[in-house]
Amino acid sequence: MERIELQDTKVKTQLICYHCGDECPDDSIHVNEKIFCCNGCKTVYEILEQNNLCDYYSIDKNPGITQKKQTKRNYDFLLDEDLVKKLIEFSDGKISKVTFNIPQMHCSSCIWILENLYKLNPGIINSQVNFLQKKIFINFSSKNTNLNEIVELLDSIGYEPQLNFDNTTTIKKSDYKKLYYKIGIAGFAFGNIMLLSFPEYLSLGTNEFPELKRIFAYINILLSLPVFFFSSSDYFVSSWKGLKKKIINIDVPLALGILILFIRSLYEIIFMNGAGYLDTLAGLIFFLLIGKLFQNKTYDTLNFERNYKSYFPISVTIKKDKTETTIPIEKLGVGNRIVIRNNELIPTDSVLIKGKANIDYSFVTGESIPTTKVNGETIFAGGRQMGSAIELETIKEVSQSYLTQLWNSKAFIKDDEPKIVSFANSISKHFTIAILLIGLTAAIYWYFVNPLLAFNAFTAVLIIACPCALALSTPFTMGNTLRIFGKNKFYLKNTYAIEKLAAVDAIVLDKTGTITENGASEVKFVGEVLTDNEGSLIKSTVRNSSHPLSLAIYNLLVNEKLLPTDYFDEEPGKGITAVINGFEIKIGAKSFVSEKNIDDKEQSTKVYVSINRKVRGYFNISNKYRSGLMEIISELGENNKISILSGDNESERNRLQEFFGSNKEMLFNQSPFDKLNYITSLQQNGKKVLMIGDGLNDAGALKQSDIGISISDDVNNFSPACDGILDSNSFSRLSDFIKFAKKSKSIIITSFILSSIYNLIGLYYAVSGTLSPIIAAILMPVSSITVVLFTTLSVNFFARKRRFI
Amino acid sequence: MSVILILIIASLLVAGGFLIAYIWAVRTGQYDDKYTPSVRILFEDLKNNAESAKKMADKLRTQNEELKNDKQNQK
Repeated sequence: MERIELQDTKVKTQLICYHCGDECPDDSIHVNEKIFCCNGCKTVYEILEQNNLCDYYSIDKNPGITQKKQTKRNYDFLLDEDLVKKLIEFSDGKISKVTFNIPQMHCSSCIWILENLYKLNPGIINSQVNFLQKKIFINFSSKNTNLNEIVELLDSIGYEPQLNFDNTTTIKKSDYKKLYYKIGIAGFAFGNIMLLSFPEYLSLGTNEFPELKRIFAYINILLSLPVFFFSSSDYFVSSWKGLKKKIINIDVPLALGILILFIRSLYEIIFMNGAGYLDTLAGLIFFLLIGKLFQNKTYDTLNFERNYKSYFPISVTIKKDKTETTIPIEKLGVGNRIVIRNNELIPTDSVLIKGKANIDYSFVTGESIPTTKVNGETIFAGGRQMGSAIELETIKEVSQSYLTQLWNSKAFIKDDEPKIVSFANSISKHFTIAILLIGLTAAIYWYFVNPLLAFNAFTAVLIIACPCALALSTPFTMGNTLRIFGKNKFYLKNTYAIEKLAAVDAIVLDKTGTITENGASEVKFVGEVLTDNEGSLIKSTVRNSSHPLSLAIYNLLVNEKLLPTDYFDEEPGKGITAVINGFEIKIGAKSFVSEKNIDDKEQSTKVYVSINRKVRGYFNISNKYRSGLMEIISELGENNKISILSGDNESERNRLQEFFGSNKEMLFNQSPFDKLNYITSLQQNGKKVLMIGDGLNDAGALKQSDIGISISDDVNNFSPACDGILDSNSFSRLSDFIKFAKKSKSIIITSFILSSIYNLIGLYYAVSGTLSPIIAAILMPVSSITVVLFTTLSVNFFARKRRFI
Repeated sequence: MSVILILIIASLLVAGGFLIAYIWAVRTGQYDDKYTPSVRILFEDLKNNAESAKKMADKLRTQNEELKNDKQNQK
């Protein structure tokens, strides 16, 4: 596919890969008139073409996943029976079911091809995709194919499944269904009870046909039984749990109200020949459950609870007596010789034996520029090898490695109990005591004046004071806020996180990867100005390498033309060599480029270039701070204490002070434990801490803080356990997010005042002993609906004001 | 009056039928994934299109070959 672009009077033809849409250097790789950027993409196309699956390309444009940086893995370990048993969910000997996570799926074409897998492998019976969860469910015939073949097939078309044993996300599903059942039953009962109560509201025929009234009332009881015993069970369970811990949460007055409503209705219908308040009961529970559904709306695709296990490979290649075998990772012991290939993760602390190690620790530290290791050096778990295969000898078991220990350290394990009690819960204690007092006073008063009304007045107070409007205002406000944040690429784990965010008064930032842009760096060429041709040569050379520094240089040279490469070689940790149009280009460390043996260690951020053995200068590459950093810091600094923690050395202190001013606290050389301790010390001083980090080295601090937010370039990628994930593009709006969270909280307070007014009106009827079913039936839905409308409208109004929607 | 009772029972049965249908829908997982089915439904058309497009392409190819053969014959 060709696209012609006009640029500064120069006419440039851009070649776009038919498969993945990336830029192609030339049209050397092609099938018919379709051009591909690499052989990987071409192979995928050929596979699809042979099987008449080219519709893949007609659904979305260039839907493929680039195959340039993919190295084909060996999946022989999937023949291991123990492993297969763990991965397969169900098998009856004929048909097996398996589910894979495929984070690469991104468009309709992906869904289409993944659901047509059976055309590529006849052993697959069918496959179904859940796009939001990025999952594929495959049924296959155990006779005709096996797991190994299926995974190889997926990998060959560019959808490499994530293989790990972390299946925490699947558990939640049954809860969801239960809530749907509860809502369905409550809604059904609500509608029917309402219908059967109409004659009572309007006094239609109730006097002429008293037996009809009784029959209706008894049908109402029947209908309300499942509502009371099934749909409302959560409120009783939750308030009981709270009371056991001596906490009166919002569910206590709710459960009390529900219980009294039910008992009094039964009493009135059975003994007093009355109508009861069952319509109010069913309506109340129906609305409450809808609120719950709204609050529970979380992000299916995102995983906030991920731990290191979900990131680790499930198998590792070991070398014994010169033969390589693949074993499951649990079987890996101390003293094993393991082989780690390009892009593979080092599973445990080991010593380098053979090969050139070039380790990318971005998973652990957030720093994406790889470090070079020499033979005999210890490499900690969690690093990713970039370059050729290396051999290592393990010195610790996987469960004992530095990384695993970091994770399992007690300080890092935070219980799930929310630290900040939600606003609704914090006032429910006073609320409950107040209504009990009012109810008792009314009962005592009526006991002396008219004893018949004492019970009526007491129960009526509890019914009318049932804080349904209050219980609805929180889920609707917070659910709405959560949704608006999500639209702006700020994903919070649950609605509690918003209340925590609103309470924040200290902010701690990690440096690398958090306030600096990940991967992106400030690149400057130092030396004689490059000619256009030289620029093209350099761009074409670095294009062949996936090293982050190469990428940084590539991105700097925007307008240069790409030339076909005749020869390319990469020496990990040193540099790259290429021959293009007869020029020999060397890019890399000083010693590599100039061929003089200069041992210069600090050159990691200076990349030298030579063309035909003549050194042309170097690219100076430094951290690039996120755009708008200065503004955001000064905005945040107005109301919060701000500190910076960095695992790096102090070399950037001066540059940081430009952004932050000298009065901000800056700590360098911080270990993960130091970061955690710093947060704890702030909390001991009564601060509510927001921690923003990205790597695993921040994991402890993220957990310890009141609210931990992980910042990420791609929200589907790995991020440590946290309360929220912020897309790095939305970093500059952080201050707005916090302000909006505060606004949401004040909306809840306002709506509480609103609902109190309704309660006061109701209380007037209640204490005077004149609460009729119709007043309850009107007041309850009206107050709930006004509160829901008020919160929804005001949240949307403020979101619009802040340009969130 | 008894007609009211019959109507009430009938209405409850109808409503109950809908409740059962809803529960069945939840149970069979129709609420698990609220996005993918909306895309999947569009692929139905694609199948027919693809078949007709293939037929068309076959037709064109044979026509082209015939033309070529004719030209060669003419030469």
